[in-house]
Amino acid sequence: MVKTTKVVSAEVVEAVSLAELCRSCGVRAEWVVELVDEGILDPMGQAPTRWRFSAVSITRVRTAWRLYHDLGVNKAGIAVALNLIDEREHLQQVLKRLERVNTGRLD
Amino acid sequence: MDFKDYYETLGLERNATQDDIKRAYRKIARKYHPDVNKEPGAEERFKEAGEAYEVLKDPEKRAAYDQLGANWKAGQDFQAPPDWNEGFEFSGGGYTEADEAAFSDFFESLFGRARGAGAQPRGRHTFHAQGQDHHASVTIDLTDAYEGATRTISLRAPDVDQDGHVTVKDRSIRVKIPKGITEGQHIRLAGQGTPGIGQGRAGDLFLEIRFNPDSAYTVEGRDVYFDLPITPWEAALGGKVKAPTPSGVVELTVPQNARAGQKLRLKGRGIPGKPAGNLYAVLQIAVPPVTSDEDRALYERMASQMNFDPRAKLGV
Repeated sequence: MVKTTKVVSAEVVEAVSLAELCRSCGVRAEWVVELVDEGILDPMGQAPTRWRFSAVSITRVRTAWRLYHDLGVNKAGIAVALNLIDEREHLQQVLKRLERVNTGRLD
Repeated sequence: MDFKDYYETLGLERNATQDDIKRAYRKIARKYHPDVNKEPGAEERFKEAGEAYEVLKDPEKRAAYDQLGANWKAGQDFQAPPDWNEGFEFSGGGYTEADEAAFSDFFESLFGRARGAGAQPRGRHTFHAQGQDHHASVTIDLTDAYEGATRTISLRAPDVDQDGHVTVKDRSIRVKIPKGITEGQHIRLAGQGTPGIGQGRAGDLFLEIRFNPDSAYTVEGRDVYFDLPITPWEAALGGKVKAPTPSGVVELTVPQNARAGQKLRLKGRGIPGKPAGNLYAVLQIAVPPVTSDEDRALYERMASQMNFDPRAKLGV
């Protein structure tokens, strides 16, 4: 049965700490540290206890975990795959814009 | 319940070796992984392959599955025969590390349900644990990012009852989406994840923001782009033109001798925020078609009077 609750206010996630990131994504801190060492994540701050990750890192860690867990991709492979996924998304956006220009939607 | 042909799912013969099974699964998993393949149906295909592999990679489960016989066809109505798994040792927990929630009823009828996350300690010991965080995405329109919005989202999440049984529960939440949100950002709904155990607090729900594709605007970060068609004379002479924006109609000044593809910036009229993004009108020059003798005469006069060769640099 679907039950509707009252309106819930949401808080925009600006940046998260290492602990929050691990808890939220259900991964170990060591694993996240390895992602940082590999250059897959780029937190602000010097020591791991002071790291602040951008909210986009949540998506990246989850995707990285799935690639590792589902496909057995190693860290270097994850780095390559994430870059290619980002690039593909960017190209798709550009493509969408160009398609609009070329189909002459100039009404 | 439909019978599932796990060999067919992986594109294999029934006499495939364990190595064949592993290779076939890996190939399909790489091709259809939802992070890699965004085509509709890819995720479904990936999950089916995962379920098939879960059974076939384990010689014990594979042998049990095989003895159901080769006469079953995928999609046929199926009931597990009584005592079908006698002599096999996986019953009531035939799962490894795979995502068991994704498996079919057919799988569950044969190999049981996961004990995994549902098996909470019971008895005299008091046990406290914080609930898990959940993740989902919510798709909004660009105007919602400009103005804020309230969206109802439906969630399907596993729920653990007092005895530690896992059931799937549907619920919907009305979420207030703050103004100025951009694609890829996350919003957190405190306490809307899995309830805590004992005195542990509930987990949070994280929603990733996605935008519906818009027919007029494209978004990059907080910056918004749209195509603005202008006439050749507006491009040549410059002047003021009206343009629609997500926050209302504005008047824009086109510079003299404007080119197609040139961007006019409307500072701070992108997605609101600190700082707000910019809105860019990308000029497109629309060429009026000839529909009358007068039109033709006008073009012919331009052709004879204007010394313009757009192909000069091409050397022809």
